[in-house]
Amino acid sequence: MLVLAVDTATPAVTAGVVELAPDSPPRLLAKRVTLNAKAHGELLTPHISDSLEEAGKTFADLDAIVVGAGPGPFTGLRVGLATAAALGQALNRPVYPVATTDAIAKDAASGHPLLVATDARRKEVYWAAYDAAGRRTDGPHVERPQDLAEKLPALGVQQATGEGAEIYQDVLGLELLQSKHPSPEGLVAAAAAEVLAKARPAALTPLYLRRPDAVEPTGRKRVTRA
Amino acid sequence: MSDRLILGIESSCDETGVGIVRLGPDGSLELLADEVASSVEEHARFGGVVPEVASRAHLEAMVPTMRRALDASGVELSQIHSIAVTAGPGLAGALLVGVAAAKAYAAALNKPLYGVNHLAGHVAADTLQHGPLPQRCLALLVSGGHSQLLLVEGGLANSITEIGSTVDDAAGEAYDKVARLLDLPYPGGPPIDKLAKQGNGCAIAFPRGLTGPRDAKYDFSFSGLKTSVARWVERAERAGEEIPLADVAASFQEAVADVLTAKAIRAAKDLNVDTLVISGGVAANSRLSGLAAERCAEAGIELRVPRPRLCTDNGAMIAALGAHLVAAGAKPSPMDLSTTPGLPVNTVQIL
Ligand SMILES: Nc1ncnc2c1ncn2[C@@H]1O[C@H](COP(=O)(O)OP(=O)(O)OP(=O)(O)O)[C@@H](O)[C@H]1O
Ligand SMILES: [Mg+2]
Repeated sequence: MLVLAVDTATPAVTAGVVELAPDSPPRLLAKRVTLNAKAHGELLTPHISDSLEEAGKTFADLDAIVVGAGPGPFTGLRVGLATAAALGQALNRPVYPVATTDAIAKDAASGHPLLVATDARRKEVYWAAYDAAGRRTDGPHVERPQDLAEKLPALGVQQATGEGAEIYQDVLGLELLQSKHPSPEGLVAAAAAEVLAKARPAALTPLYLRRPDAVEPTGRKRVTRA
Repeated sequence: MSDRLILGIESSCDETGVGIVRLGPDGSLELLADEVASSVEEHARFGGVVPEVASRAHLEAMVPTMRRALDASGVELSQIHSIAVTAGPGLAGALLVGVAAAKAYAAALNKPLYGVNHLAGHVAADTLQHGPLPQRCLALLVSGGHSQLLLVEGGLANSITEIGSTVDDAAGEAYDKVARLLDLPYPGGPPIDKLAKQGNGCAIAFPRGLTGPRDAKYDFSFSGLKTSVARWVERAERAGEEIPLADVAASFQEAVADVLTAKAIRAAKDLNVDTLVISGGVAANSRLSGLAAERCAEAGIELRVPRPRLCTDNGAMIAALGAHLVAAGAKPSPMDLSTTPGLPVNTVQIL
């Protein structure tokens, strides 16, 4: 099956075309990745078109789309989801959301319990924990690295990966692996079972994990009787 | 050349809009679909649009709103000729959702994409109802975020020049702030308009901003008016008087309509223009259109005001503007198009 993978939940603008067959790992045909947290809106669709062209494929050849649903900074995250949802509608193809941390864990494939932590800004990380077989055991959550550090013994992880793990390596004190951003193969691997089974996709719900910043007006504004 | 179907996508503020317009070989426009999903109720308790709430709602609404527009028109995406999308001005995060989706539709369907100006779209809305604009006309754009006098020459795809604009609050913003002052719901335009109908617009002489002999002829100011309404109500309250809400609403509304129409007519006369278009959310105001009709008739100016549904944000107006660009042979925007939250009104299309 030919699968398009996109993710905009980290500073990487990621698009790739991946071949997926039963009983073998996803095989990358072409990808375009740019590290620029401000360019998701500009670059994602050109990256998709360029990947398809390099792979010698067209939109019509795609069987499915896999999109990273976060967690990640909201504005960028929505670009990937809006793009994937519109492509799915225009092409009449299923769109499978995956947790971006799951894709990063697939990439790391360390064979040991693993923490994936990405940068949530505001001195916090988005994190999820995985067992030695790569199954998610906790998360995703958003938390201060100091608070996460206290939970590490209970989580039983010795290794960590992701940009959040790198930034707060001192606080977390875990061995750092190198897979920072989700790869197209990792994204497709995280959804492989559903894609191959042609399962009905889950709703494309972004993993925001935080409420919008909004405060109801307080103090007296109105002048008529209360 | 046969008919061309133009898709319009709008997401600059709190309305997710998808419109479909048929562009005839003679340049005529026919509205086929105009679907809007609004998050206005989610913002009401905050007294104004919360950008993150609006952006989240756009993402949820985009695909279903598109579906409804296609169903309503009986059009399939594959039949679409071109796609227009609001690229600015507006809320950054909100714009990004519509533009991301529009790019994906355009790429998947292999159709040209036009990143267009939301304000020019407000003016284009009128052409869906009243046909093509004359060679030269004046547009009074009055919305939640803008109040401007625009000179449109050679059609919307050609040239839009700002003649004047508000120096502080937009007209719609003034309505929303005064509504809050009077304990009326958000957005404030419709409830004030309704209340004002039972009041006397001459009851209280609220100030007309920037109408002195030395003031900028075509600029507006509404923040002094809002303050003056607040002072008036506070004073009455202190004096233990009952607040005549309908008279306050009517007198405020009279002051807004008076200044907007007086300046628009003056500009039309000075610039020798015989057509005035009023558009944007505040154009739905009954007193504004009523007074404008009186004054335009006196001055021999033709007045065009689109129906209320076309005045507030929608996708049809963006499709209409896209159609004008396509008809004028404009080049499509690049696929790495970016959003421009502060896009000036004279930039009709982002290239
Ligand atoms: N009947 C009315 N009388 C006066 N104002 C009205 C009426 N109906 C709507 N409005 C005002 O119109 C505004 C909304 O208009 P619109 O949707 O065009 O603005 P916007 O899209 O928020 O702003 P912009 O187009 O400048 O980005 C609100 O401020 C609302 O109070
Ligand atoms: Mg508007």
